[in-house]
Amino acid sequence: MTVDSFKFLPRLIATFYQMTERAPDLPVPWTPLTKPLSECNFSLVTSGGLYVKTNQDPINLDRERKEPRWGDPSLRIIPMDIRPSEVAINHLHVNTTYVEQDINVLLPVTRMQELVRDGTIGSVAHHAYSFMGYQGYPPDTSAWESTYAPHMIDELGAEGVDCVLLTPS
Amino acid sequence: MPVLARQIEATGIATILVTMMPYWAEKIGVPRTLAVEFPFGQTLGGPGNSGQQMRVIRQALSVLATADEPGTTIHSPEKWPQDVKQAIQGWQPAQPSPIIAELSPHFREMLRQRRKG
Repeated sequence: MTVDSFKFLPRLIATFYQMTERAPDLPVPWTPLTKPLSECNFSLVTSGGLYVKTNQDPINLDRERKEPRWGDPSLRIIPMDIRPSEVAINHLHVNTTYVEQDINVLLPVTRMQELVRDGTIGSVAHHAYSFMGYQGYPPDTSAWESTYAPHMIDELGAEGVDCVLLTPS
Repeated sequence: MPVLARQIEATGIATILVTMMPYWAEKIGVPRTLAVEFPFGQTLGGPGNSGQQMRVIRQALSVLATADEPGTTIHSPEKWPQDVKQAIQGWQPAQPSPIIAELSPHFREMLRQRRKG
């Protein structure tokens, strides 16, 4: 089967995507996997707008409401053993109730622990990473690229991460 | 998200992106992609549907382990359990996002012109 990217999009939102010009930057980076999954240490990155409500600032939606062409680029670092009740979601572009019901819809902390237990993967790192995916219109990911991604990559390196599963929302 | 996959991959960490928008992933150029025909916001499967979530993650891990060239996209056979209308309604926020509210009138006009043209 071939996945239709537009199957669940109303026509206006499909137009929004189709109007955004973008050409791939070549070459596409590549890191070959050099050991079996059962020896790899995994982390997770989502753009679902998750944050730890007990000690982190929410994603800035007030500014986005005032400036619709801007989206909060900042990073939230989430402990992999977080209790789902400690996580909140701020995202104006999707219905967030499903993730509120079950964090594994986007950040599969429980599923990854199960995969460690059954030996499919080696281990999970101590932290996962969350952004809010809307980066303005036209999209501008320069703050991610220059500031937040390098910080995340330092953390991934410090925790000895081999592989990352990314889940946009 | 595709730009983050690229940037992480470039530092020597292998990445796998699961996305409902392979159209967008291919426009930007992502190392490894598992495409799922799911509504936005529920990338790995519906809430409480641990069976579906696990099948999608295992497919993603298989792409990670077997892809042998950059730009590999594999399409998941996984079916979304709701009908299309319900799913389209279900993923959208109660209020349109600020940018959609701002741009909608322009887009509607553009679509009208296109139909006329």
